[in-house]
Amino acid sequence: MSKKESNLKNMFIALLVITFIASASLGGIYELTKEPIAAAKLEKKNSAIRQVIPEFDNSPTDDIYKKAVNGDTLYFYPGTKGGEPVGTAVETFSNLGFSGEIKIMVGFLPDGTINDVAVLEHAETPGLGDKMERKKSDWSLQFQGKNPESFRLSVKKDGGDVDAITASTISSRAFCDAVERAYEAFRSINQNK
Amino acid sequence: MNQLKNFTKGFIKENPVFALFLGLCPTLGVTTTAINGMGMGLATTFVLLMSNVVVSLIKNFIPDKVRIPSFIVIIASFVTIVELIMQAYLPALFEALGLFIPLIVVNCIVLGRAEAFASKNTLLSSAIDGLGMGLGFTFALTLLGSVREILGSGSIFGLKFIGGEGILIFILSPGAFIALGYLIVIVNKLSKKGA
Repeated sequence: MSKKESNLKNMFIALLVITFIASASLGGIYELTKEPIAAAKLEKKNSAIRQVIPEFDNSPTDDIYKKAVNGDTLYFYPGTKGGEPVGTAVETFSNLGFSGEIKIMVGFLPDGTINDVAVLEHAETPGLGDKMERKKSDWSLQFQGKNPESFRLSVKKDGGDVDAITASTISSRAFCDAVERAYEAFRSINQNK
Repeated sequence: MNQLKNFTKGFIKENPVFALFLGLCPTLGVTTTAINGMGMGLATTFVLLMSNVVVSLIKNFIPDKVRIPSFIVIIASFVTIVELIMQAYLPALFEALGLFIPLIVVNCIVLGRAEAFASKNTLLSSAIDGLGMGLGFTFALTLLGSVREILGSGSIFGLKFIGGEGILIFILSPGAFIALGYLIVIVNKLSKKGA
């Protein structure tokens, strides 16, 4: 078979066929991967919830509710065991990070004490700011069991009680900002009750 | 023999990174750890192999004047497929590579091999060329990632073997240039001796 001549008809047909096949196969792959992608995202969220609040027997991702605080919308995942609330996981964020948005999950016990924190998404510098991830360092353990009522959620340099990650004050500040945002939202909801 | 040479040329002699200097954006960007470099390299290998095969199959069907848009559509489709599959089945790797996966589309190696090799050669040669070039790219990225991870974090493939902090600059962008520069010197020295 010899090469097709570059006339209008041949070019038109070639591009039409190629783009048609490409879009059809992309559509097919998208349909195939849609559910696994959603499942992977949900599983990630669930494992973060399991990490930050005590054992529960409901499905917090089904009982999700939203709350707008100062124009930001945060998501709440309440955990209950035998009908009794055991804690609430709050999905919060900060835009003060070194590179882009930081999303974390903060678990509060019913009295407002932080049970644990987990990082969902971030783009902080590898080797520095990414120490906020539990698998990279134990830095975030310092939030466990602290009640923001008495524990000031800002780095020591700013007069707070949080030890900043070495050489990553900006990332640490952003982390505190996110936890603080979650706490304020959590408190305002509990006051309304 | 000829096909073997065709396969192995991508590793040293025509290595996309060390000899051709193609695709340096992802090379410098993702190689903060060995595993990231390897994941990026393998994703690119898949795209290279598939696009070389398809371009070689339909090379006579595409009129010359529209070959570049056709190649780009084919490459972009395979990149999107890789992105979706990785997101579905390897979410952790997808998060680490994130932004750089869509950038495979504009990686000059992929279009370069389609244009310079696959559009002029048989199906088998093109497949071998794509595989060889892709694995050469993977090799280069894994090597660069390993060097940066060892110096910058004191670990390799996530296994820490030196306590304490590493040399931070190797994790940051300047370290990518420094490490790549020295690797190119070493590879060129070795390959010249062999020839």
